[in-house]
Amino acid sequence: MATPVIANIVEAEEGTSLWQDAWLRLSRNRLALFGLAVLVLFILIATLTPWIAPYSYTQHNLDLGATPPSAAHWLGTDIFGRDMLTQVMYGGRISLAVGFIATAVALVIGITWGAIAGYAGGRIDAVMMRMVDIIYALPFMIFIVLLMVVFGRNMLLLFLAIGAVEWLTMARIMRSQVQSLRQQEFVEAAISLGLSPATIVRRHLIPNALGPIIVYTTLTIPSVMLLEAFLSFLGLGVQPPQTSWGLLISYGAESMEEYPWLLLYPGIAMTLTLFSLNFLGDGLRDALDVRGAKD
Amino acid sequence: MLTAENLGISFVTRMGTNKAVDGISFTVEAGKITAIIGESGSGKSVACYSLLGLIPQPPGRIDSGRALFQGQDLLQLTEAQLRETRGRDIAMVFQDPMTCLNPYMTVGNQLMEPLRYHKKVSKAQARERALELLEEVGIRDPASTIDNYPHQFSGGMRQRVMIAMALINEPKLLIADEPTTALDVTIQAQILELLAALQKKRNIGILFISHDLAVVADIADTIVVMQEGKIIETGNRDDIFRHAQQPYTQKLLQAIPTGGKSEVLQKSEPLLSIRNLSTWFRQGKTHVKAVDDVSFEIRRGEVLGLVGESGSGKSTIGRSILRLVPITSGEVIFDGTDITALAARELKNMRSRLQIIFQDPFASLNPRMTVFDTLAEPLLLHGLDNRSNVGASVLKLMDDVGLARSFVRKYPHEFSGGQRQRIAIGRALATRPEFVVADEPVSALDVTIQAQILDLMRELGKEYSLTTLFISHDLAVVRKLADRIVVLQKGKIVEQAGTSELFEHPRQPYTRQLLQSIPGRVLRANAT
Amino acid sequence: MWRFVGYRLLQAIPVLLVVITVTFFLVRAAPGGPFSSEKAVIPEVKAALEAQYGLNLTLFQQYTSYLGDLTKGDLGPSFKYPGRSVNELIAAGFPVTAELGFYALLVALSIGGVAGIIASLRPNTAQDYIPMSAAMIGICMPSFLLGPILILVFGIYLEWLPVSGWGDIPGDKILPAVTLGSTYAAYVARLSRAGMLEVMSQDYIRTARAKGLPEWQVVTRHALRGGLIPVVAFLGPAFAGLLSGSFVVETIFQIPGLGRFYVQAAFNRDYTMILGATVFLATLIVVFNLLSDILAAWMNPRLRAQFAEQ
Repeated sequence: MATPVIANIVEAEEGTSLWQDAWLRLSRNRLALFGLAVLVLFILIATLTPWIAPYSYTQHNLDLGATPPSAAHWLGTDIFGRDMLTQVMYGGRISLAVGFIATAVALVIGITWGAIAGYAGGRIDAVMMRMVDIIYALPFMIFIVLLMVVFGRNMLLLFLAIGAVEWLTMARIMRSQVQSLRQQEFVEAAISLGLSPATIVRRHLIPNALGPIIVYTTLTIPSVMLLEAFLSFLGLGVQPPQTSWGLLISYGAESMEEYPWLLLYPGIAMTLTLFSLNFLGDGLRDALDVRGAKD
Repeated sequence: MLTAENLGISFVTRMGTNKAVDGISFTVEAGKITAIIGESGSGKSVACYSLLGLIPQPPGRIDSGRALFQGQDLLQLTEAQLRETRGRDIAMVFQDPMTCLNPYMTVGNQLMEPLRYHKKVSKAQARERALELLEEVGIRDPASTIDNYPHQFSGGMRQRVMIAMALINEPKLLIADEPTTALDVTIQAQILELLAALQKKRNIGILFISHDLAVVADIADTIVVMQEGKIIETGNRDDIFRHAQQPYTQKLLQAIPTGGKSEVLQKSEPLLSIRNLSTWFRQGKTHVKAVDDVSFEIRRGEVLGLVGESGSGKSTIGRSILRLVPITSGEVIFDGTDITALAARELKNMRSRLQIIFQDPFASLNPRMTVFDTLAEPLLLHGLDNRSNVGASVLKLMDDVGLARSFVRKYPHEFSGGQRQRIAIGRALATRPEFVVADEPVSALDVTIQAQILDLMRELGKEYSLTTLFISHDLAVVRKLADRIVVLQKGKIVEQAGTSELFEHPRQPYTRQLLQSIPGRVLRANAT
Repeated sequence: MWRFVGYRLLQAIPVLLVVITVTFFLVRAAPGGPFSSEKAVIPEVKAALEAQYGLNLTLFQQYTSYLGDLTKGDLGPSFKYPGRSVNELIAAGFPVTAELGFYALLVALSIGGVAGIIASLRPNTAQDYIPMSAAMIGICMPSFLLGPILILVFGIYLEWLPVSGWGDIPGDKILPAVTLGSTYAAYVARLSRAGMLEVMSQDYIRTARAKGLPEWQVVTRHALRGGLIPVVAFLGPAFAGLLSGSFVVETIFQIPGLGRFYVQAAFNRDYTMILGATVFLATLIVVFNLLSDILAAWMNPRLRAQFAEQ
């Protein structure tokens, strides 16, 4: 805002905003920082995979077959002689993409729905949240399985289906945020100043509701990735020729007795990512002082 | 009976060591009440909790001292020995009866627990004793309520249950930590009376912790004044009130609102008329009539005190005037315009003329906005300033409310409660309103800060030619500021009169009861 | 209380109806009829088959007749196993799945609950960090990864436990139950820790200590009930998770349960079996959600009273 004007008039002390405070707390949390670092690294690798992967995705060598890790193939090769590192990198691209995109779908639907319900209140709120309650009570995992069975295994559907499950909690959190913020006296003060509803939402509600949303988003990504992996493991998610960590784990499980590295490396990649996201989410929750988000 | 000597307690955290209690000594005699007085953070509660080993260690740490009780040093007892003492020889009553009873357990079971654990009596015997005691502390029909859960009791009744629970093993010492602070003023008076009566009858010692000198004045024999972990002054009650030696004690005494407003207001025309105002809230299928057909006027330049206990609808009236809650029926006429009938655009312009100051300065400021942003927002919104000259106005406001200019870029969480309330007052006055609703503006503050904020409001009222609706549960505070007073009970007006008229000749029984419940009777008797 | 139960039961009916309707039309909307994948079938035979399965009726008629059958508990015949009804297939598979789910729930509640409570008693010490790290592993290690690893370690390298089957060899139920239960044990641990920490910071715990009660009584008498309500409320979702988790675990350990039938039916496009099993499982899940909600509400006297008033 127009703070620079002030600087000319007085020697003002710098304040510490809540965001700065939160960052300070987060930066003291080693696990969360580790999570953040791993995550950034994995996202970077996933983005650059087509250029930095050691082998091409389609390159195989049936004569070579499955070999343990070696200098040429750091993570070994699978039964078709494909480089495991390349497979894990390409699988990560899909797994991370599903995690982030489906979460984004959930985020958009959930926040809009929850914010409208919470802000409108009264009967609109009652009807909207009743719908959420009913959908919430549906056995979703089974529905997604059904959906994938009936409509074939297509990626777009996968995003939509997973997003459709996860938006419910997001909507509930957003609504309770908006509702409790609405009753805060600083919002009443803003109303009595004569601010328009749009300004109140932009300047007073959103900045204060952001914390729980950030935390919950961070914790939703891993559960979405798990869901994708679960479906892929059953053969109902990502389909060849594309691959994902869930699919690689499923192949690895079939031949784990002879070639344990085929199970191990995609497993490590996925577990490490989930760890990182959960540590980061827990760290953010503590740093932003969000209570009751997802446990 | 209890002698604490040179008690020192610290809290050790990552940020460093904080000395909460710094070498204090005091005694409690059998059959006497010793009160420890101090503002929040003075260490009074920590000191008392440490006697029973109830502060978590770490981060708490007892540095020094002895606490002799019946020949034993409490601080040297093992945890098992301490447990034998707790609830048997020394019992406690806490501040908030709403949270201090276990919501998952019937009152009877909680009540019998100390008896069953310490004295190993049978369940039937314990129940009988519990019923007797409930009767004694004034619970009506204990036989049918003993198996109820805490949420089925009112705040005052729960505090009676807490007292019964503390007394069930006939302890020799009772530690009462702000036992009436969370209660309405009439309930407070009843609970204090009950405590005093039970204490006399059983001849036990009480260590009474409070922030409120007026409350203590009515019951304590000895008063210990604490500030920042140290004892400032100790003496018997009359000495403290008549000849306090220490400046801090004198400041506390002065902070107790006594007497009325000195200058008398000239009669003027009404600025705000409230006619047949009703505000109901839906609750399931029925309505709660928070405000029920209320009419009164506020004259230009006057301070009107709106007084009532919790649930009287006093805050709802303030919010109804500003259209912060939808009203059910009635008119609010401000300077000739019915506010309830205004369209959105007209309302926005009107809003710069009416403002509100809230009770809780922690909740009334947006935690993500600096002082500058908070104060500049109304100025820019109503076009009183543009971006290039808003800075000067903000600084002027900060001067007016007594905030250092260098704080302009700080955030609310970096301020104390009193400073935050100054920011909130600055925000309310930014648009130079004619009328302000002050909704319990000092109830959340320590007494000395309370006095400062009240002084500030009085000054600013004159400087800004304000008309004020001053809402409070605290008659003594209202008396100091208000020209006239409206007394509310359960959404209806009980009585309205000029301030001195109301205090000297209350006409309604409820008003009389309220006036009699104001703590500090002894103090007022001394003053005259 | 009974009014609350009745109210929640009434609420469950629209949910069930939505489940049945959506499932029915989803399955019917599937591209390709149930017999289209079959080799060329003589038109007369096809017509006869369709008549037998009621496919010659309009969609709406099929829907109403399905609902009618459902009220009698009849889930219809299987497409893939001629002569066998969906009821028979579920009757064969479900007891196994139920037993597996029961053991897994036992694992989740006992290990998870104890770990969470232990951790909450001394927060931010080793007593907290160790079980909570284990819980984090449990959450990040999905059953389809944990299962194969357990098989590899305990079945193949150490040769301590059998790696497949159900009730054939002693001990063959251990690995599947642990695999299925571990994720939920982790959630239960986190939930009970958070719940207990919340309760232990309440004022009434201080009151209990001031009475002189020993710490274990403070925990068992005053803290447990409030602290474990979140866990009870989680039982419903956990049950749903266990059922869908059984799809994977039964596949990995080759257990002849409902989950494995379901996945097979999915690949065989056995539409009536999918439809029937979905309706069956969904009903179970709705009922369990209901039960865990009622139990959680019942544990809170305030809620109990509120619903009694309504």
